[in-house]
Amino acid sequence: MQEGVSVWQFMAQQSGQLIRQTWTHLGLTLISLILAILIAVPLGVFISRRKRFAGLVLGFAGILQTIPSIALLGVMIPFLGIGPKPAIIALFLYALLPIVRNTYTGITEVDAAVKDAAKGMGMSKWQILTKVEFPLAFPVLMAGIRTATVINVGVATLAAYIAAGGLGEFIFGGIALNNSNMILAGAIPAALLAILLDVLLSVAQKFSLKRVRLVYVFLPFCILLLCSFYLLPSRIGGRMLAGFTPEFMGREDGYLGLKKVYGLNMETVVISDAMKYKAAFEGKLDVIDGYSTDGRLKAFDLVTLIDDKFIFPPYYAAPVVRQDILQRYPLLEGILNRLSGLISDQEMTSLNYRVDKLHESPEKVAHDFLTSKKLLQSDKSGPSGVIRIGSKVFGEQYILAQMYKMLIESGSNLTVETKTGLGGTKICFDALNNKQIDFYPEYTGTGFLVLLKPSKLLIFRLTKDKNAVYTYVQKEFSEKYNLKWLKPIGFNNSYALMMRRGQAQKLSIKSISDLTNHLKQN
Amino acid sequence: MIKAEKLSKSYNGIPAVHQLSFEVARGENLILLGTSGCGKTTTLRMINRLIEPDQGTVYLDGKDIREGEPETLRRKIGYVLQNHGLFPHYTVAENVEIVPRLLKWNTKQVQARTEELFGKLGLDLSLLKKHPAALSGGQQQRVGLARALMADPPVLLMDEPFGALDSITRIGIRKEFLELDELQKKTIIMVTHDIQEAFEMGDRICLMDKGRIMQLGSPEQLLFEPANDFVKEFLKQQHLHLELKVLKVRGRSAWNMMDELGSEALRNLLNDYKS
Ligand SMILES: Nc1ncnc2c1ncn2[C@@H]1O[C@H](COP(=O)(O)OP(=O)(O)O)[C@@H](O)[C@H]1O
Ligand SMILES: [Mg+2]
Repeated sequence: MQEGVSVWQFMAQQSGQLIRQTWTHLGLTLISLILAILIAVPLGVFISRRKRFAGLVLGFAGILQTIPSIALLGVMIPFLGIGPKPAIIALFLYALLPIVRNTYTGITEVDAAVKDAAKGMGMSKWQILTKVEFPLAFPVLMAGIRTATVINVGVATLAAYIAAGGLGEFIFGGIALNNSNMILAGAIPAALLAILLDVLLSVAQKFSLKRVRLVYVFLPFCILLLCSFYLLPSRIGGRMLAGFTPEFMGREDGYLGLKKVYGLNMETVVISDAMKYKAAFEGKLDVIDGYSTDGRLKAFDLVTLIDDKFIFPPYYAAPVVRQDILQRYPLLEGILNRLSGLISDQEMTSLNYRVDKLHESPEKVAHDFLTSKKLLQSDKSGPSGVIRIGSKVFGEQYILAQMYKMLIESGSNLTVETKTGLGGTKICFDALNNKQIDFYPEYTGTGFLVLLKPSKLLIFRLTKDKNAVYTYVQKEFSEKYNLKWLKPIGFNNSYALMMRRGQAQKLSIKSISDLTNHLKQN
Repeated sequence: MIKAEKLSKSYNGIPAVHQLSFEVARGENLILLGTSGCGKTTTLRMINRLIEPDQGTVYLDGKDIREGEPETLRRKIGYVLQNHGLFPHYTVAENVEIVPRLLKWNTKQVQARTEELFGKLGLDLSLLKKHPAALSGGQQQRVGLARALMADPPVLLMDEPFGALDSITRIGIRKEFLELDELQKKTIIMVTHDIQEAFEMGDRICLMDKGRIMQLGSPEQLLFEPANDFVKEFLKQQHLHLELKVLKVRGRSAWNMMDELGSEALRNLLNDYKS
C-alpha cells in the first residue's frame, strides 16, 4: 500500500489482524492434526495387524493427498458450507497419510525377535502394543506427525479461500493487491509457525514412552483439541453474512470504503473469488463482492446493488488506440466507435455467461451479437493493412477482441491479427507502447488507478463522477503516451456488491444504502 | 512333566511338523536336534502356545495347555531366543523385571532376585543401568537367560540360545550353563543344530528331519544304537569326537577332562581305563 513502509512496520500496524489470523491458523492446524492423530494412529495399528487392508488404506489415503487443495475445499462447500468446518476436514484428510503410513511402518519395523520375546514372556496384546510397539515405533510415528504438521501449516493458508481465516488472508490479499509487505506479513508468521511446531515436536520425539501410560499421552491431546476451538473465529449467528475476496478487503475502493462512506457494519469473512458465487447461491453468504458484468451473476441468479454513494470507481470499457494508427487508417476510429454505447451491463453479463459458463466460443458469441444488432454489413473500402488487437486473458476481453476483429474486417480492407492472452494490464499496456499491438479494450478504472497511479485525493474527487474519470484518463493518456481512449462501449465492469435476487427482492434492497439501513434496523 | 501327543502343523499345506510325540521328565534336558528347517522351532513354540498346532495336544503336568489363557501359561515358562530379544528401549534392569512385574511382585522381591541371579550368572550389577546395545554378545545372552529365569519357572524353552555367539564365547557359556544350579532342577527343552552342543547338554536328544522324529534317546543310544541310516549318516562325521564326549570316566566326560588336563594326561587316563 504505502511506499517505503517496511514489512515490520506493516506488521506492527496490522498487529491486531496478524494476531487474530495467526491464532486462527494455529487453531485450524492443531484441530485437524489432532483429529488426524486420533484417527490415523489406531488405523495404522489396525493395518499393521491386518496386513491385507494395508494396501487399501494407504492407497486411499495417498489418493486423498493428490487431490488439489482448492478442489478438495470446493467439493466440500455443498456439504459443509464455508468456514472452519470444511477447512478442518480438508486439512484432516491431508494429514492422514503421513501419520497412518508412519504408524504402520514404525510398528511393522519393530524387531520381530523383540515382539516374539514379549509375547513369549506372557505380555498381553495391549501390553505389547503400549509397552513395546508404540515406544519403539514412536520416533517414526513422530516423524509422520511432523510431516503432517508442516503440510498442514502450509495448506491452512488456503483456508482463507473458504472464509475460514488464517494467515492466507494476508498472503492472498497481498498477492491480489500486489503488496509484498502484506504477502510477507502472512508468509513469515506461517513459516515461523511451521518451524516452531516442528521444533516442539522434534523435542517430543526424543521423549521415551516406555513408562508413560497411554492416558497421559492422549489426555494432553484432547485438552489441546478443546482449547484449539477457542482459536477459531466465533460462529456467525442468524445475521446476514458477507464474504469478500482478500483483495476487496484491503482496498479503499472496497471494504475499507464501504465502512467509511456507507458505515456498513456487518459480519464479514474472507473467501476466494472462485468460491464466493457458489457460496452466495447456496445461501452460505448473503452479500459478496464481484464485477458487475461477471457471467456468474447470471449463472447464480445474483443482482448487483446500486453504489449510490459512488465509492467504486467506474470501469467503463473502451478501446485504447495508438494515435499513429488512427492517423494512418482514418476510417478505423469510426469502425471501432460503432460499438460505443451499445452494450449494457446486463447484455455484457449475458455474453460473458455464454462464454464462461456455457463454454460457447467467443467468436460465435461475438458474431451472434453483432448480427442481432445488424452491424455486419459488408462494406469493403479504404486501404489494406494489418491491425493487431490485444486482449487480456478472460472471457469478456476475448469477446470484445472478436467483435472488433469482425467489425474491422467486414467494414474495411484491413485484416486483423488478434493477440489474445496478454496476461494482465501491464503486459497489454507495454505491448501497446512498444508498438507490438495497435489497440486493446481497457477499463477506465484500471487506466486510472493502475496505470496512472493517482493520489488518494484525486481518487476521492474523481470517483464520485462517472464521466470525470474518463475525461481524466483520456487527457492523461493522450499527453503522456500518445494513446487515444475512444468512446466507451457502454457497460461499467466495476466492483459491486451482490445479493441473491430472491433475498434482495424480499428485503427490498436495491442499493448499498438500503443494505446498510436494513442492517441497522435489525 | 511335559507330554506332546501327535503334534502336527503345516504351512500352506506343507507339513512343518508331522505327528510328533515325546515326553520330558521333570528336571530332564531334552534337545531338539536337526538341520535348519526341520521343524524344531515350530515344535518348541507349540509348547508355549506361540503357535497353535493343527492337530495334537501338549500336556503340562497332565493338564492340556489349552485350558487356560496363553499369557498365564507363558509366564510360567521361561523362553530364551537366539537373538536374545531384549527390549532395546529398556535398561537391563527393566528387561529382567518384565515377568516379575507381570506377576505383580513387589520391588524388594524383584531386587533380591535380580541380585541373586546376576551373582550366579557372573553378571556385574553395574550392567543393570545400561541398555542392551551397550552389552557384549555374551552378556546379552546371559541377561536373556536371567530374564527367563527371574520368576523361577519350572520349565525353560531355549531356541538356539548360543546361536548368535562366536565359537569361543559359545563354549564358555555352555559350560557355565551346565554348571548353573538354577538349571539343574529345571525341565528344559532346547533347540540346536549343533551336534556337539546337543551331546554335551542333553540328557536325551530328539533328532528330527522334515518334521518327523528320526530317533529319540540318550546320546549313547544315538551313537551306538542308531535307529536308521539317517541317524548314522547324521553323526558319522563327528563320531570319534562324540564318542569321547559320551565316554564317561568315573562319571565325567573324557572330552572335558582332556580339555582340563591336556592330551598327555588323557592318554594316561585312557590307558588306565583300558587296563
Ligand atoms: N510362519 C511360517 N510360514 C510359513 N512357513 C513356515 C513358517 N514358520 C516355519 N515355516 C516352515 O516350516 C518349516 C519348519 O520351520 P522351523 O520350525 O522354523 O525350522 P527350524 O527351527 O528347525 O529351522 C520350514 O520349512 C519353514 O520354512
Ligand atoms: Mg529355528
